[in-house]
Amino acid sequence: MSAYLRSAAEDPIRRRDGEPVAISVDGERLTGVQGQSIAGIILATGRLDWRVTSAGSRPRGVFCGIGVCFDCLVTVNDEPDVRACLRRAVHGDVVVQQHDPLPTPVEGSIDG
Amino acid sequence: MADVLVIGAGPAGLAAAAAAREAGGEVTLLDSSDVLGGQYWRHLPDSRPAERERLLHHGWDTFTALRRRLESDPHVRIVTSAQVWAIERDTGVPAVVHVLVGPPDAGGRQRLALRPDAVVFATGAHDRTLPFPGWDLPGVFTGGAAQALAKGERIAVGRRVLVAGAGPFLLPVAASLTQTGATVVGVLEANRLSTLVKGWAPRPWQLASTHAKARELAGYVANHVRHAIPYRTGRAVVAAHGTDRVTSVTTAAVDAAWTPIAGTERTVEVDAVCVSHGFTPRLELAIAAGCALTPDRFVMTGPDQQTNVVGLYAAGEITGIGGVDLAMAEGSIAGWAAAGGPPDDKAVRDGRRRRAAYRAFAARLEAAHGIRPGWTGWLDSHTIVCRCEEVSFGRLCGAADATSTTSLRSLKLSSRAALGICQGRMCGRSVEEILAGRVAGGRLRDEVVADQRPIAVPIRLGDLAARRDPEPPTASPSQSPTPNETE
Ligand SMILES: Cc1cc2nc3c(=O)[nH]c(=O)nc-3n(C[C@H](O)[C@H](O)[C@H](O)COP(=O)(O)OP(=O)(O)OC[C@H]3O[C@@H](n4cnc5c(N)ncnc54)[C@H](O)[C@@H]3O)c2cc1C
Ligand code: FES
Repeated sequence: MSAYLRSAAEDPIRRRDGEPVAISVDGERLTGVQGQSIAGIILATGRLDWRVTSAGSRPRGVFCGIGVCFDCLVTVNDEPDVRACLRRAVHGDVVVQQHDPLPTPVEGSIDG
Repeated sequence: MADVLVIGAGPAGLAAAAAAREAGGEVTLLDSSDVLGGQYWRHLPDSRPAERERLLHHGWDTFTALRRRLESDPHVRIVTSAQVWAIERDTGVPAVVHVLVGPPDAGGRQRLALRPDAVVFATGAHDRTLPFPGWDLPGVFTGGAAQALAKGERIAVGRRVLVAGAGPFLLPVAASLTQTGATVVGVLEANRLSTLVKGWAPRPWQLASTHAKARELAGYVANHVRHAIPYRTGRAVVAAHGTDRVTSVTTAAVDAAWTPIAGTERTVEVDAVCVSHGFTPRLELAIAAGCALTPDRFVMTGPDQQTNVVGLYAAGEITGIGGVDLAMAEGSIAGWAAAGGPPDDKAVRDGRRRRAAYRAFAARLEAAHGIRPGWTGWLDSHTIVCRCEEVSFGRLCGAADATSTTSLRSLKLSSRAALGICQGRMCGRSVEEILAGRVAGGRLRDEVVADQRPIAVPIRLGDLAARRDPEPPTASPSQSPTPNETE
C-alpha cells in the first residue's frame, strides 16, 4: 500500500499520457511519461523517500509538493539541490539521492 | 501606457493581468511554474491532455477563458518558469525585479532585471502544517501536496489516507484524493463544532452574495456523502508512527484551544496522512520591496489594493486567506489601478462589491477554523520542529530557557531552528509561537523577521556571479525576453 499513479485507462478525466520518459534513479531505471516531475515518477513506483537528512540520517521525500519545504532535494545530472517536486523529468536524467553529511550552506540564503 | 508587472499567475494574478489590460496597460505576467493557474487551477501539462479535466476543478471555464484571453493578447507578455528571486528598491521605479528563467533550480538560467512602472504582487500562500511527533516521516504530506500531486500529476499519495488539520481546504483535498482512486478514511477538523458554529453563524445575510463559494462547498460535501467519508470535528492527528514510512497515526480529541484530551486517543492504520492547519502567505518579495504588513501579518493594502509603496499593489492570499473568489476580486481591482484605470469607473465597481462580500467570508473562515495555541500540547521533547535543521522541541525550549532574550533572531541563532534551506517557511511561525509562549509577556521583539527573506529562493553562486547569460531560456514556452532586459 502506497503512493501510485492513477492509470490513464481508469482515470475518469479521460487522460491521454504522452511520450514515455526513462530516467535513472540511484542506478535504477524508472519510466514515466513526459510532463511528470521527478518526484511524480518516483512516487508512482510506491517509493516515498529519496533523501537522507544530514543530522539524523532520516529518510525524506515529498512533504509540501509545491517547492517550499526543500525536503525533496535530489542531485540531477550532477547538479545538487534540485527540488524533485518541481523539476519535470527529462528523458535520460540521472537522479541520485542526496545525503549531505553536514548541513549544506545555503548559497545566498540570509538568516532572518 | 503603464508597464505593469504581475508576479504570480494564480487566480489573483490572472485577474490582475486581465484588468490591467482593460485599463490600457502593457502587461508582463510572471510565474515560477511552467503553466498558468497557480495553486487553485493546478493542472496537467499539455503533454498529458485530458478531455474531462474540468471534473477536477471549480471554475475551470473561468480559468481557461482568462488564459485564452491573456495568451492571445499581444500586449501581454507571459513568462513562465520565471522565478523572481530578489527585489530591489531604486530611484525612478517602484522596484527592480530580478528573475531567473529556466527549469527549477537549474544552473545557468537566464537572468532578467525588470523595471516596471507598477507591480502587482500575487504570490499566494502555502500550507501551514503544525509539527507533531512523526510528521517528518515519509508518508506525511501537507494537504497541498496531496492536492498538487492529484491535480497536477494524477498521483495519489496513498491508498488509505487520513486528512486532518483545520479549514474548509481539507474538503477539496479529500475530494481530489477520492478522484484519484484513494480511500479517504476520514477528515478531522481540529476546531470543535461549537467553534465552527460561532465562527460561521452570525449575520448570515452577509454571506448571501457568496453563493459561488457555497456551491463549491456543497460540491465537496456531496463528494463526502458519496464516498461515505467520516468528517469529525474537535479531533486532531497528534502523532504519526512507522520506522521509515507512516503505517499508522494517533488521533485525539482536542478542546476548544486544541489541547489534546488524555484518554481519547485512537490509532488509525494508514499509508499516508495529509495535514494542513491553515496557510502562510508568501510575503518575502513584498517585504523586500518595502511593503508594510497588517498586524496579522498580511500585506497591507488600501481601497485600490495599493500597498504603502506607490506603484506596488498586492492581491490574493498574500493580503489575507479568503479563497479564489476574493483573490480574483482583489486581482481585478489591483490590475486596474496599477495600469492607471480611474478609481470610480464602473469596471471596478463589481470587483469592489465581490471583494466586500468575500472579505466577510474570509473573516468567518478565520473565526471558525483559525489555529489555537493548545497545539503545543501534542509535542514531546523529541518532536522535530524545524525539519531542515532537525531541531527538536526539547532543544528549542532549552535554547529559549537558557537565554532571557525576547529577540526571535537571537533565539533562532542559538537553536538553529528556522535557519535551514527552506528559510523557515515550514516551521518559522511555529517556532515563533513556541518561543513566544516561553518568554515573559509572550511577545517577541522582532516577529516580522520570520517572514523576511531577501533572497527568495536559494540560487547558485555561479548564477549570482554571471552577469550575462548568452543562452536563451530553454524550458519556457513563452516569448523570449527582450535582450536589453538581460543583465
Ligand atoms: C497546494 C495548494 C493547493 C490549493 N488548492 C486549493 C483548492 O483546491 N481549493 C481552494 O479553495 N483553495 C486551494 N488552495 C488555496 C489557494 O491558495 C487559493 O484558493 C488560491 O489559489 C489563491 O490564489 P492566489 O492567486 O492568491 O495564489 P496562488 O494560486 O497561490 O498563486 C500564486 C502564484 O505565484 C507564483 N509565485 C509565488 N512566488 C513566486 C516567485 N517568487 N516568483 C515567481 N512566481 C511566484 C506561484 O508559482 C503561484 O502560481 C490551495 C493552496 C495550496 C498551497
Ligand atoms: S516537496 Fe517540498 S519542495 Fe519539493
